[in-house]
Amino acid sequence: MHSKRITYAALAAMVAATAAACGGGSGNGSASGSGDSKVTVTYQQFGASHVQQNFLTGVKAEFEKAHPGTTIDLQPIVASEDDYYTKLQLQMRSPRTSPDVVYEDTFLINSDIEAGYLLPLDDKMKGWSDWDQFIDTAKGAARALDGKTYGIPDGTDTRGVWFNKDLLRKAGLPANWQPRTWDDLLSAARAVKAAAPGVIPLNVYAGKGVGEAASMQGFEMLLYGTGDTLYDHESSKWVVGSKGFKDGLQFLKTVYSEGLGPTAQQALDPNWANTVSQELLPKGKVAISIDGSWVSQNWQKTGSNPWPQWQKTMGTAAMPTQNGQAPGKVSLSGGWTYAIPKNSDNPDAAWQFIQLVTNKANNLTWCVNNVQIPVRKDVAKDPKYTNANPTNAFFSGLVPITTYRPAYAVYPRVSNEIQVASEAVVTGQAGVDAAAAQYDEQVKSIAGDAVTNGSVS
Amino acid sequence: MSVATVGAGTAVGRYQRSRRALLRGMPVAPAVVLLVVFLAGPILYCVYSAFTNMALTGSSGADFVGLANFQKAFTSAEFGRSVLYTLFFTLVSAVIGQNVLGMALALLMRSGSQVVRAVVSAIVIGAWVLPEVVAGYLWAVFLGKGGSLNGILHFLHLPTQNWLFTTPILAVSIANIWRGTAFSMLVYSAALSEVPKEIEEAATVDGASGFRRLTSITVPMVKRSIATNLMLITLQTLSVFGLIYTMTGGGPSGKSQTLPLYAYEQAFQFSQLGYGTALALVLLFIGGVFSIIYLRALRLEDSTS
Repeated sequence: MHSKRITYAALAAMVAATAAACGGGSGNGSASGSGDSKVTVTYQQFGASHVQQNFLTGVKAEFEKAHPGTTIDLQPIVASEDDYYTKLQLQMRSPRTSPDVVYEDTFLINSDIEAGYLLPLDDKMKGWSDWDQFIDTAKGAARALDGKTYGIPDGTDTRGVWFNKDLLRKAGLPANWQPRTWDDLLSAARAVKAAAPGVIPLNVYAGKGVGEAASMQGFEMLLYGTGDTLYDHESSKWVVGSKGFKDGLQFLKTVYSEGLGPTAQQALDPNWANTVSQELLPKGKVAISIDGSWVSQNWQKTGSNPWPQWQKTMGTAAMPTQNGQAPGKVSLSGGWTYAIPKNSDNPDAAWQFIQLVTNKANNLTWCVNNVQIPVRKDVAKDPKYTNANPTNAFFSGLVPITTYRPAYAVYPRVSNEIQVASEAVVTGQAGVDAAAAQYDEQVKSIAGDAVTNGSVS
Repeated sequence: MSVATVGAGTAVGRYQRSRRALLRGMPVAPAVVLLVVFLAGPILYCVYSAFTNMALTGSSGADFVGLANFQKAFTSAEFGRSVLYTLFFTLVSAVIGQNVLGMALALLMRSGSQVVRAVVSAIVIGAWVLPEVVAGYLWAVFLGKGGSLNGILHFLHLPTQNWLFTTPILAVSIANIWRGTAFSMLVYSAALSEVPKEIEEAATVDGASGFRRLTSITVPMVKRSIATNLMLITLQTLSVFGLIYTMTGGGPSGKSQTLPLYAYEQAFQFSQLGYGTALALVLLFIGGVFSIIYLRALRLEDSTS
């Protein structure tokens, strides 16, 4: 009898312990209160590029020296672009997993602000003199509809046409080639196809695999050259059923169906954007690529695939408009910011880290190594930056004509639909009209009333 | 236990009996608590979120939206397409492929020599032991553009193609047959070993051909195993994710996107958690329908025999 009672007691204790373990949670990971604290910094790490990792490791050392007792824990999320956003959002949802500093793309930041993931920085930014050095468009990049700022930008980018001068010479095109219309692009690609078999004549990103690259470097570079847009700022409505949208899809269809681009399967590989810039361009396997200003970061001494000869081999041109209409060239811009999640355990130290990472000296290093277009005036003027890379002047020169994405809360979902439409067209799954109609349907269901029909002038 | 509890019918006795029942139930309690916390909890939460517009980004909190998610699913062309792919995938790879091939192997192995049996079952089970992702990768490499299959075709001067791209749903179905056949084979081997030799011998004496023996004696005698096996592999195949995700990612352009992949895309790539869980519930429902069909078949079986 006695021993039985002991058994029951032991069982009861076990149940209680189990329940406590389930319900109680483990508390948050970082020690607080005492002098020792930890700041977790999360950023994306994918492919062979370690530019950001090396950069942040340097900043970490500097910070820890200046703030004894505080450790910086660099925790990259190793994932492709699409997965990075998802994993980051999942981490930020819970106080137990939330990092203290996150690297947020400006296209997603409004959406994440609306989800309540981020902390407004206005209080902390009072008396931060560095902010005056930031250009106005960059200041607006992480400002939400409520007028508060949620992230500090570390650079921006523009987009244009990269081409391999050797391959274009084979096709009878000059080293200072400058396409004026989409037809110029296509005829150059056809010439390359005839002259250099085995080479991808013209790379335009499309499909869900490469994520936002398909929307921005790919389709939007086309759409914004037709006179149509994604979003009508005057009426605050998303545009559906525009002619430009179909023309853009038609261009993709032409490129992929005539074999002027990569095969659809190559284009749908999640790692395709890295493959092009890190592998195929240096090997002379891609003749023309519509891509970002940062592509040459891979070919620097600090990059993943150092290629000193790139300055002789690669040329740059502005992306032309559809029929050469004014202003004659197109570019889109984005950029990334450092932000603090609402669930951060250590927002004060996180803010100190952000200040350090975006100060002049560090931002200069970053803009040079990662080939970013500076958003700090003092960095942009610094001769170390202007002399660092021969294409810096060209891509900075696109800033006056560049367009920022309509990065409102529903933009990520609209962007997904662009990727779906472009994938359907390049794989031949749907015709241009069907894919555009499907896009219109989806945007109507995403944006509700905030859609307007037809082309905006 | 003790004499004290003999006073049946009295209030004290009832109290003691229920107390005893409670104490006897104690050992199960930890398991019950674990089940409630880790099984029932998530399922209820999933059902709840299927009726909300919960999103990973873009809005804070979740509003109750009633049946809107299901309405959206049933009017969407992509959903219809992925249901068709799911049914095709299940039918071709499980109900036909794994099932028939598993039975054939089990029958052949019965008459094979000891060595043949050992070698064949080692190979077949090897495919089953491989992790899903590894199997998916192997098949992607085999069927891909520069893969072994195209190498063989090229050697034979036959036209090559990228199988993952031209026939994605068939490619993943074949991979799933290859991977899952071992399970059916094991189930059928066990069932066939239970069939008494004497009955088959009697049929042979009566002049039944091999095929006749199979359809009139062997298959009817393992009918119950067939139904059970069908149910298990159907449910397994409905929820296959890793294999397809590794091989094609549901692409190109959704041409191998079965329901689990579609739900994943909507929930985690397009951030619509509410819609994604609604799709998962639909998948659960489809699995339920299949189970009911098989269970009924089993019960009919019982009442007729």
